[in-house]
Amino acid sequence: MTEEVRKNGKETIDVSEVTVRFAGDSGDGMQLTGTQFSNTTALVGNDLSTLPDYPAEIRAPAGTLYGVSGFQLHFSSMDIHTPGDQPDVLVAMNPAALKINLNEIKKDAIIILNTDSFNAKNYKMAGYTDNPLDDDTLSGHRVFRIPITTLTANALEGSSLTNKEIDRSKNFFALGLMYWLFNRPIEPTLEWIKSKFKNDESILDANTKVLKSGYYFGDSTEIFTTRYSVKPAKLKKGTYRNISGNEATAMGFVAAAELSGLPLFLGSYPITPASDILHYLSRYKNFGVKTFQAEDEIAGITSSIGAAFGGSLAITTTSGPGMALKSEALGLAVMTELPLVVVNVQRGGPSTGLPTKTEQADLFQAMYGRNGEGPVGIVAASTPSDCFHMAVEASRLALKFMMPVVLLTDGYIANGSEPWRVPHVEDLPEFKVTHRTEVENFNAYDRDENLTRPWAIPGTPGLEHRIGGLEKQNITGNVSYDPDNHHAMIELRAEKIKKMQKEVPDLEVRGDEKGGLLVLGWGGTYGAITEAIDKSWKEGIKVSQAHLNYLNPFPKNLGEVLHNFDQILVPEINMGQLAAMIRNYYLLPVKQFNKMRGLPFKSTDLLDKIKELVGGGDDK
Amino acid sequence: MTNKIDANEVIYKAKDFASDQDVRWCPGCGDYSILAQVQRSFPDIGKKKEEIVWVSGIGCSSRFPYYMNTYGFHSIHGRAPAIATGLKVAHPELSVWVATGDGDLLSIGGNHFIHAIRRNVDINILLFNNQIYGLTKGQYSPTSEQGKVTRSTPFGSVDYPFNPASLAIGAEATFVARTIDREPKHMQEMIKRANSHKGISFVEIYQNCNIFNDGAFEAYTNKETKADTVLHLEHGKPMVFGKENEKGIRLDGMNPVVADLKSGEYSESDMWVHDEFDKMPYRAFILATMAENPDLPTPIGIFRQIERPTYDEGVQNQVDHIIEKKGRGNLEKLLFSGNTWEVN
Ligand code: SF4
Repeated sequence: MTEEVRKNGKETIDVSEVTVRFAGDSGDGMQLTGTQFSNTTALVGNDLSTLPDYPAEIRAPAGTLYGVSGFQLHFSSMDIHTPGDQPDVLVAMNPAALKINLNEIKKDAIIILNTDSFNAKNYKMAGYTDNPLDDDTLSGHRVFRIPITTLTANALEGSSLTNKEIDRSKNFFALGLMYWLFNRPIEPTLEWIKSKFKNDESILDANTKVLKSGYYFGDSTEIFTTRYSVKPAKLKKGTYRNISGNEATAMGFVAAAELSGLPLFLGSYPITPASDILHYLSRYKNFGVKTFQAEDEIAGITSSIGAAFGGSLAITTTSGPGMALKSEALGLAVMTELPLVVVNVQRGGPSTGLPTKTEQADLFQAMYGRNGEGPVGIVAASTPSDCFHMAVEASRLALKFMMPVVLLTDGYIANGSEPWRVPHVEDLPEFKVTHRTEVENFNAYDRDENLTRPWAIPGTPGLEHRIGGLEKQNITGNVSYDPDNHHAMIELRAEKIKKMQKEVPDLEVRGDEKGGLLVLGWGGTYGAITEAIDKSWKEGIKVSQAHLNYLNPFPKNLGEVLHNFDQILVPEINMGQLAAMIRNYYLLPVKQFNKMRGLPFKSTDLLDKIKELVGGGDDK
Repeated sequence: MTNKIDANEVIYKAKDFASDQDVRWCPGCGDYSILAQVQRSFPDIGKKKEEIVWVSGIGCSSRFPYYMNTYGFHSIHGRAPAIATGLKVAHPELSVWVATGDGDLLSIGGNHFIHAIRRNVDINILLFNNQIYGLTKGQYSPTSEQGKVTRSTPFGSVDYPFNPASLAIGAEATFVARTIDREPKHMQEMIKRANSHKGISFVEIYQNCNIFNDGAFEAYTNKETKADTVLHLEHGKPMVFGKENEKGIRLDGMNPVVADLKSGEYSESDMWVHDEFDKMPYRAFILATMAENPDLPTPIGIFRQIERPTYDEGVQNQVDHIIEKKGRGNLEKLLFSGNTWEVN
């Protein structure tokens, strides 16, 4: 796969894919460095997938292990689906970053170290008794020892900045060096620096200088004899942009508001890792979006329910703990049959759990987490860009069926990014909504063919009516304690969710439609499962893949798909929640693969499980 | 801000605001009076029926929306101010009213209450304060007096109560009033004034629960005693009370004290003159706390009424301003914004 080109006395090796991990103190700017590297990498046309991995503490004490912030990025000239199992390159800004990541990287990985930070205090704080640069800790790896702090200071000699400020721009040196090493242009980041620091010229100049000197350092130093290049990926024709899951979710709601013709209202309380959706949506005021930062999670959802009663496309965004607080109000939305979209960007639980880490253990919470029989629609996004599509879908279903819909994403796809082939507005589904205005024969809980009740909003003459959380008499909407009516209404609400099924696309199978093993996933594990399937195929293993974006109701052909296989494997970052639902609905034995490490699956782990189930591949 | 009704609009009567639902409060409950006064005053508030929304939480008082022939939302315990906020912010053209009780608003919903006040959302909150949990059959509430013997406090409650008006004033509500279920005319006046106020309007209504806390406000409603126990606040007027206005309230430093106007020592002109438009909340706060002092009459009327931009208007203005500045958003442009690249 490699092709060598010599230039300036340095050779350039073409590689098809690389996984890089930037790691340093949480104050070292690793998230920014990783994001810049990703955006530039997207612009040169590689396919990519990212995994930001940062501590819950905002500024953990410098040098500590728990203060290490990392950003992993996998980029390639081919179609890829995961942020990479094991990094090929580690940039470690301090001993703690080295310590945390050393076991995760490939055996012969490139390690770029900031030697200036490897003093006794720091390596002891990282748990090394001796300087890891002086013993065989790093043996087997290709280690590049670079005094990044010193070189940064040299580049800024004579600058008016304080030592602290100078030290803070060292991540741009590392970034510049990585741009050189992987043949990426520095211009996009230079442009970004220009607009970001336009109000602070000395910082702007410093960061520009340091980025360039990092780049030139690679070119001029003898430490590096080789640089790498990754050709553009052969992606489908179109216009692309790099997008994170949370940004895609926010845009999906703006799109849904435009497509439905309704004003968008977001009631939300800040919570990791969902807050970015609130941040993005609060920027889109010129679309008429109203965002309300509520006093708590409950006010987040109830204000949205108020807005939904008023006729808005109403959404609320949160993560697991917030979802728990919203559950009573979600039941109110079920009872009042109001359209509402609740986004749960899942994180590690229970309780506060792992705020900055990923998990998919809130499926049961979405499915059953209410008092009484309170069915809601549930959809899930499978990749960062898919968040856009599923936000539109969640809105479309909620509005069409006048029921709340929960959209499940997770910390990994919310913060991770990938190139997104941007859709044109004309290719999006249209679902214009009109509120009821006709006075004749109006009943608040009247039913159409979907069992949907009319959406009559305050301000409409002649349709004054009352709704609420007490059981409703069907059709009239009056409070009713009638035993038969209650039974019928419970069935009716369940039936409403079932009716959604006709709007749910059929489940597609990747690979043979019939066979030995089907791997059935849902949500954010799509990338890892897809990669594991690709690897299996390469090894000649026969296995098929199906991935669920609609969890309640399931696609109508799900049972049929499942019955075509001898074995079903459901990998989940939980204890087997979808697996339990499948067993329950289809009475099928289901195998599980469960790893709850706060991280996406490693495709190789999954591959091992697949091999175990099929008894190895043809290559054995 | 206007009470006038457009000439070519419908003129309502009280009964136009009555829904077709049977009212189900206990016979003799103070809630009946509140419903009647709302229905009687609403023809005068200058709003069309369809523009009015009643939002409530849980409790006896929260059944209120079912009995009003307007839009209504009987929601969940404590959350009415938050639902009302969302509704008003999303749709500022509506006239949004909250019917709530002391448990609903001050216990489970306390957080939403103070934040609705803090934001100055243009909604009207009527607190039916009966100093007891009625719907759950008689436990002490956050406004019950200390030592109250109830089913959950057989040896007397230990905790101190909230004074709703001082809580609202402490949170800097822009309109705070108090009235009594047995003072129909006064209550109607308070409702109309609350309606006219732009911003949060908070009206505390002393409401008798004749089943679980009968006579809680007896001293303020009994013909024999009320002249001596109730102080009617009127803007610009000296504070006087008693059957023949023979007593007054004087401010001695920070302390309100009763002055005898017959002894010749003081005249009406020495009394504290009520200024409901006072920008600072201190004096209103002193007035509110008088209810806790058995030696002083309990004030009813408007404690405070000041103008301050509302939250819902602020949100709308910001949206309008950004649209004016940037132009109405274009979805296609938004999707294709940022750094894009072409793949051919
Ligand atoms: S319990 Fe008390 S407050 Fe409730 S309806 Fe009966 S009298 Fe009124």
